[in-house]
Amino acid sequence: MKRFLLPLAIFVVLVGFLAAGLTLNPREVPSPLVGKPAPAFSLPQLHDQEKTFSPADMTGQVWLLNVWASWCGGCKEEHPVLMRMAQAGDVPIYGMDYKDRREEALSWLRRYGNPYPLTAVDEAGRIGIDYGVYGVPETYVIDKQGVIRFKQIGPLDDEIVTKKILPLVKELQGK
Amino acid sequence: MRWLALIVLLTPGLGWAGEAKLLAGDPAAEARLKHLAVELRCLVCQNQTLADSNAPLAEDLRREVREMIAKNMSDEEIIDFLVQRYGDFVLYRPPWKATTTLLWVGPFLLLGAGAAALVVALRRRAQRQPVEMPVTDEERRRVEQLLSQRRTGS
Repeated sequence: MKRFLLPLAIFVVLVGFLAAGLTLNPREVPSPLVGKPAPAFSLPQLHDQEKTFSPADMTGQVWLLNVWASWCGGCKEEHPVLMRMAQAGDVPIYGMDYKDRREEALSWLRRYGNPYPLTAVDEAGRIGIDYGVYGVPETYVIDKQGVIRFKQIGPLDDEIVTKKILPLVKELQGK
Repeated sequence: MRWLALIVLLTPGLGWAGEAKLLAGDPAAEARLKHLAVELRCLVCQNQTLADSNAPLAEDLRREVREMIAKNMSDEEIIDFLVQRYGDFVLYRPPWKATTTLLWVGPFLLLGAGAAALVVALRRRAQRQPVEMPVTDEERRRVEQLLSQRRTGS
């Protein structure tokens, strides 16, 4: 019996590793941008092309930058969460419409509601690259000094919002 | 009719010609792009390189790399640009760091452990001596009995 003990132990360890691996999401690549200043940009606004939006406009406020697109399925999934957050008004959510057509983006917001005080348009996806965007939706928590404090890859849900984002926002607002 | 067939046959060729044009721009730059792109991971379809992937993001990143090549930036500068945005994960060959030590050393540690286990097992087997077991009279009688049984039985 004793000679089966070692193979069994190795098997158990292997199963442990595989089980842990299954619960991880390989699509969530840790962003090197957390803790760094949010890359500067100046992009036209979705509703008024003449005006621009820049993260510098938000200095002194804690805010969320939500990267979305009308073609993105996960964005539809997280949209009700954003709408509820906008209604609660704990933190302003600014949108970045990523590689999208203006008309489609506008009609998407008309249909599902607009949680954003303002949406910037990144038509060519260049600013997205500066922010390390690789799978919309993505959401950044940016502090008063303009430093990225948290990045959510993929749709937000109520659990992430109540457990991670809102406590972090409160803490940053208090600073 | 024959003309129509010819047109139909040539049309897909035109489609390909459009796609290939980007590569024909500057052969030296394209060679550098290719050389860089096979070292970089596409973040959308993670098991493909930037060179293989048709994901829109991969196209954008190739465009970005192409522009950096046109600006005469060095390979290190271009790779730094991507690592700053996407992290070490974009590199198929991650750098040697405290967090990646196990990744680099792990396979050799396993190989070493396997080799050590093999050596130990072989040594143990070599040391095992045949044990002298005296045969008792009782056993000898039983053997002879069994052998004679077989002889008479056949």
